[in-house]
Amino acid sequence: MYSEKVMDHFQHPRNVGEIENASGMGTVGNAKCGDIMRIYLDIDENQMIRDVKFKTFGCGAAVATSSMATELVKGKSIQEAMEVTNQAVCEALDGLPPVKVHCSLLAEEAIHAALWDYAQKNGIVIQGLEKPKTDIGEEEVEEEY
Amino acid sequence: MKQIYLDNAATTRTRQEAVDAMLPYFTEAYGNPSAIYRFAAEGKKALDESRSAIAGILGAKPEEIYFTSGGTESDNWALIATADAYGSKGKHIITTAIEHHGILHTCQYLEKKGFEVTYLDVDPQGRVNVDELEKAIRPDTILISVMFANNEIGTIEPVKEIGAVAKAHGVLFHTDAVQAFGHVPINVDAMNIDMLSASSHKFGGPKGVGFLYIRKGVKIRSFIHGGAQERKRRAGTSNTPGIAGMGAAARLAAEEMEAEGARQRQLRDHLISRILEEIPYSRLNGDPENRLPNNASFCFRFIEGESMLINLDLAGICASSGSACTSGSLDPSHVLLAIGLPHEIAHGSLRLTLGEDTTLEDIDYVVDRLKKIVADLRAMSPLYEDFIKKEEEI
Repeated sequence: MYSEKVMDHFQHPRNVGEIENASGMGTVGNAKCGDIMRIYLDIDENQMIRDVKFKTFGCGAAVATSSMATELVKGKSIQEAMEVTNQAVCEALDGLPPVKVHCSLLAEEAIHAALWDYAQKNGIVIQGLEKPKTDIGEEEVEEEY
Repeated sequence: MKQIYLDNAATTRTRQEAVDAMLPYFTEAYGNPSAIYRFAAEGKKALDESRSAIAGILGAKPEEIYFTSGGTESDNWALIATADAYGSKGKHIITTAIEHHGILHTCQYLEKKGFEVTYLDVDPQGRVNVDELEKAIRPDTILISVMFANNEIGTIEPVKEIGAVAKAHGVLFHTDAVQAFGHVPINVDAMNIDMLSASSHKFGGPKGVGFLYIRKGVKIRSFIHGGAQERKRRAGTSNTPGIAGMGAAARLAAEEMEAEGARQRQLRDHLISRILEEIPYSRLNGDPENRLPNNASFCFRFIEGESMLINLDLAGICASSGSACTSGSLDPSHVLLAIGLPHEIAHGSLRLTLGEDTTLEDIDYVVDRLKKIVADLRAMSPLYEDFIKKEEEI
């Protein structure tokens, strides 16, 4: 059901952990729908992401998307990190099963939430960054038969 | 890598004896058992023998056993045909919140057709309260449908007590015994069961075949319309090989029930006690006493079920979970929610169901692997991180 890349990131997740006194930290998702992602960012004075760590409660896709998202933003500038969208995460993982695409959305949101925290702490505005939703509830449309 | 199959509640390996019983009806005695010529007689005999064997196990009469395509069809038939036949008498049905979807979704269908359904709550062990059930009975109640044993948490319901209440109030009683038949003793008379659904592949028979027991005098009609098979109550050419295989598996299951049940119970209890002792923040779901011999269901806090299943699969272990990610929806299992578990704990559920092939070595291997899997997943869980930080503050 999962691509080899997803399985690789699930089995060997990159950048798992915490950063003490992180420049920015964001947690998104909710335990109710079974996915919570937390991203820690260490951002230097040139607004480059020096280090990134994550922790995730969730399914295989949730773990893999978190791992991939951290890889995609590590060593990048804040503006570059803003361009790491859910599609980018999905593509980097060679795709996700349709029911799991919301996991990649969560990864994007987690990065944004951590950046928002960093921006708030430092009193700066990051172009294109909106206040993150802390709770991503999926709107499900039930099909009637 | 050795495969350890601990998902016997999902399906079982077909017993060799069942396969052997099926084979003649494919290429040799393939005649349609409804035909007149002698060539078809062997197939007809196979149907009769299976029917008698199953009836014997249930304490029923052979003519009360109707072959179907499986548990889901049996459930649909029992509910919908009862609603059709008794709808003029009343439009109220009582069931539970923890039924299999074969019952729940059929009840929802009947609600759309104007029936009213009471979904009884269960206690934290998953047991129905018989007093509450009795209080829910109204003058227009036509059917009580309560599962014999739950497929997720293994809890065995107080079927005999429910049957007595149903009988006292003159209400029909159906039980979905898909997980129970062939695993625990059932007697339809002693338990006042009017209808009972079962599925062959849950007790070592082939897939795609099952039966509905309908007590003589219960006036439900056909659900599948067509030919005159099954005493005109279930049309469609008889699945002779399937039915022969189911009969052989049922006979074996009944013969071995006591010894095999005791063996599985012992392994199950070993599994449960090792996990609860060796894995912190774990809980057993379901009733510790009134429990299917082969079912062990757990929740592990701070982690999610699908991650556990993938890791177990990588270790050669087949298991299942009631997490949202495994159900195809965002909600975890309705059964785990009904026993009062919060969503985040229900997401971390794991069901291990034993079978005749399960050994003590298998169980110990699974626990050893699981300990590491749970620890690794917790190490990357933000919920665990928060929990530990809170603990340290205190």
